[in-house]
Amino acid sequence: MVKEVSVKEIETADTPRIGVFVCECGVNIGGVVNCRAVADYASTLPNVATSVVNKYACSDAGQSEIKQAIKDHDLNRVLVASCTPKTHEPIFRACVEEGGLNPYLFEFVNIREHCSWIHMQDKENATKKASELVRMGISRARLLEPLQSTEVPVTNKALVIGAGVAGMQAALDIADMGYKVYLVEKNPSIGGKMAQLDKTFPTNDCSICILGPKMVEVSRNRNIQLMTYSEVEEVEGYVGNFRARVRHKSRFVDVTTCTGCGSCVQKCPIEVPDFEFNEGIGTRKAIYVPFPQAVPLRAVVDRSVCIDCGACIKACESHSINMEQEETFSDLEVGVIVVTTGYDIYDPEPTNDFGYGIYDNVITGMELERLLNASGPTMGKLVRPSDVRPPKRVGFIQCVGSRDKKRNRYCSGFCCMYALKDAQLIKEKYPDSEVYIMYMDIRAPFRNYEEFYDRARDMGIKFIRGKPGKVSKDTDNSVIVRVEDTLTNNIYNLELDLLVLSVGAVASESSERVRQLLKVSRAADGFMMEAHPKLKPVDTTLDGIFIGGVTQGPKDIPYSVSQGSACAARATRYLAQGKATTEGITVEVDEDICVGCGICVPMCPFQALSLADGKLAIIKALCKGCGTCAVACPTGALQQSHFKNQQLLAQVRSVFTFEGE
Amino acid sequence: MAETEWEPKIVAFCCNWCSYGGADTAGMGRFQQPSSLRIIRVMCSGRIDPMHVFNAFLEGADAVLVTGCHLGDCHYVNGNYKAQVRYQFLEEMVRELGLEPERLQLNWISASEGEKFANFIRDVTAQIKQLGPSPLKPEGVN
Repeated sequence: MVKEVSVKEIETADTPRIGVFVCECGVNIGGVVNCRAVADYASTLPNVATSVVNKYACSDAGQSEIKQAIKDHDLNRVLVASCTPKTHEPIFRACVEEGGLNPYLFEFVNIREHCSWIHMQDKENATKKASELVRMGISRARLLEPLQSTEVPVTNKALVIGAGVAGMQAALDIADMGYKVYLVEKNPSIGGKMAQLDKTFPTNDCSICILGPKMVEVSRNRNIQLMTYSEVEEVEGYVGNFRARVRHKSRFVDVTTCTGCGSCVQKCPIEVPDFEFNEGIGTRKAIYVPFPQAVPLRAVVDRSVCIDCGACIKACESHSINMEQEETFSDLEVGVIVVTTGYDIYDPEPTNDFGYGIYDNVITGMELERLLNASGPTMGKLVRPSDVRPPKRVGFIQCVGSRDKKRNRYCSGFCCMYALKDAQLIKEKYPDSEVYIMYMDIRAPFRNYEEFYDRARDMGIKFIRGKPGKVSKDTDNSVIVRVEDTLTNNIYNLELDLLVLSVGAVASESSERVRQLLKVSRAADGFMMEAHPKLKPVDTTLDGIFIGGVTQGPKDIPYSVSQGSACAARATRYLAQGKATTEGITVEVDEDICVGCGICVPMCPFQALSLADGKLAIIKALCKGCGTCAVACPTGALQQSHFKNQQLLAQVRSVFTFEGE
Repeated sequence: MAETEWEPKIVAFCCNWCSYGGADTAGMGRFQQPSSLRIIRVMCSGRIDPMHVFNAFLEGADAVLVTGCHLGDCHYVNGNYKAQVRYQFLEEMVRELGLEPERLQLNWISASEGEKFANFIRDVTAQIKQLGPSPLKPEGVN
């Protein structure tokens, strides 16, 4: 292949012979743009050797046509006018490479997303614009130059950030395929949100009973190096060669000697609300073990409330407590990164949604999970917060913080199901209780979910289709909910002992920090964005970085686990091959013109530029090809390949035509 | 026959990762827009050279748009901050040249903000239609 490239290289110095392929994309483009007219117009432009219409340029047949045309017309440039380079550029680059051309002698013109789809009612102007876009592409194609992409070795280790159920699954899968995994978790224990849940729908399995063994499996796996109570602080590098700095926060407990016996916890005199695990309902001590099944089962000291009394130090038989412990750092070298940093529960307190934060007996779904849980603050006895008595009448309000233009427009997906589950659990524990679910729609799409909904109806749970308008308090701390059943047009004033808000998921601050660190794109809903909504659901636009679980958007446990496995499979491709190809687009310096002024050097955020002997030196492996430095160059010696000044200016110039041209 | 309405020509420099993706998302969402826009794709807004912007005006652009990732979201760490600094210089030059300030605009648009992209193009096109062709547009160019 390389040999063929060098042959063509000589040829391209001569006259460009451009092949233009205008894709109809079925009716996606062809239904709006007159592709025939566009191709005919292109054939009148200089250096165009052939110009044809394809039904589907990316199909097998379409690609064969392109390859054949390269031979038949002795093409040295190929231009495809179709969809977006974001998805299809790699496909066509590979196609022209198979046809014998350097892949960078390919030019892409977007006449679908940027033309036919946005001018659907204006066929004439759409065709005119498509012709002009193709003209711009041709003027650029004439000046394209062959480039060489480089192969880089891949460090055969992975970094997984976030050890909820998705991250655990990703780490286990990568480790079981035989690669070393660093699993970093910001909390003192792994397990994530799933560890807090009581039961899981639609089977009513005890959550920690199925998660616990998996957590132990993670800690026992020889290929997984667990880093809890740690956060990724810096990441640099590129696919195959990432360097990450991890900060290990001080636990003030030596994890290698602590046995998790809990003697220190018993002696600690400081008791504060447990926001970390019990949603602030129960309490914990200043020194605490996060929860009974925690992995690692080790104590941690909350220095913000500790009074340094020393009681725990005296109680600890293994002498593991060290109040002088300082935070430490690890520098990791990894080939791939999987991000499974999870989410936050929507917080209704700042806006006092449905009286939350005002009335004691209005709680969130996650608080209910802890109240129902056998190892929770009430040992699984459901009570209402105001008087610690079991509630007789319980109501759920769905879509709190979700499907609401003032809050979040998206559906969080799992709230219907957890409300159905919790309602059933309440009915099972207290068959005499009345349970109401106030909903807009019940969404129960996957296996056994609809059946689970049926079961809830059969158990006598009452469903009211409507979003409550008003929540007020009765004299005995009961909550009165005014709601219209929009199916029957009846207005009810429900008197409830306990009102549960089925809150959804929101992008978390800690996820956002990791996102900015890695430069992963952010979707409109605040979660991280995948490379393609259908075909690359766990990839990002960054090679070697993958996202899974609720990091990418709200989803339930099976879906999160699937994505964890998907991330592992996608990431391991690089590890198994041991090499990755980096983009051929970098900056180049013309040493004859460079005066060694050094203005460009501080422009580079990747330290790819330096001055040596009064001339500019470029480390190609570090250059990511952004081209920022090229703008700063006062002499024009520094050029970004594939986006050279002359290439861009030619494109700008050909936006316009003179009259009669 | 009524004369067809004048359509301005607007050149937008879009970065590969965010604003170009925003234009794609606008297309995927079928957010209809005037056919005034011509996009020049660069890898990073930090690659947008003031010289290219002036060239676009001199060649006949009725407006030029500088777009990129939101600040803090640059794929190349901080290219958009550099674009912002260069943009300030451009704004000053546009003023010096006596061009209306609406003819040069900066916007940060993420790859998911299709609707924002479409609204931006609609707004700019409406503003430029009000102003009419750029005084820098050479005669006979369209």
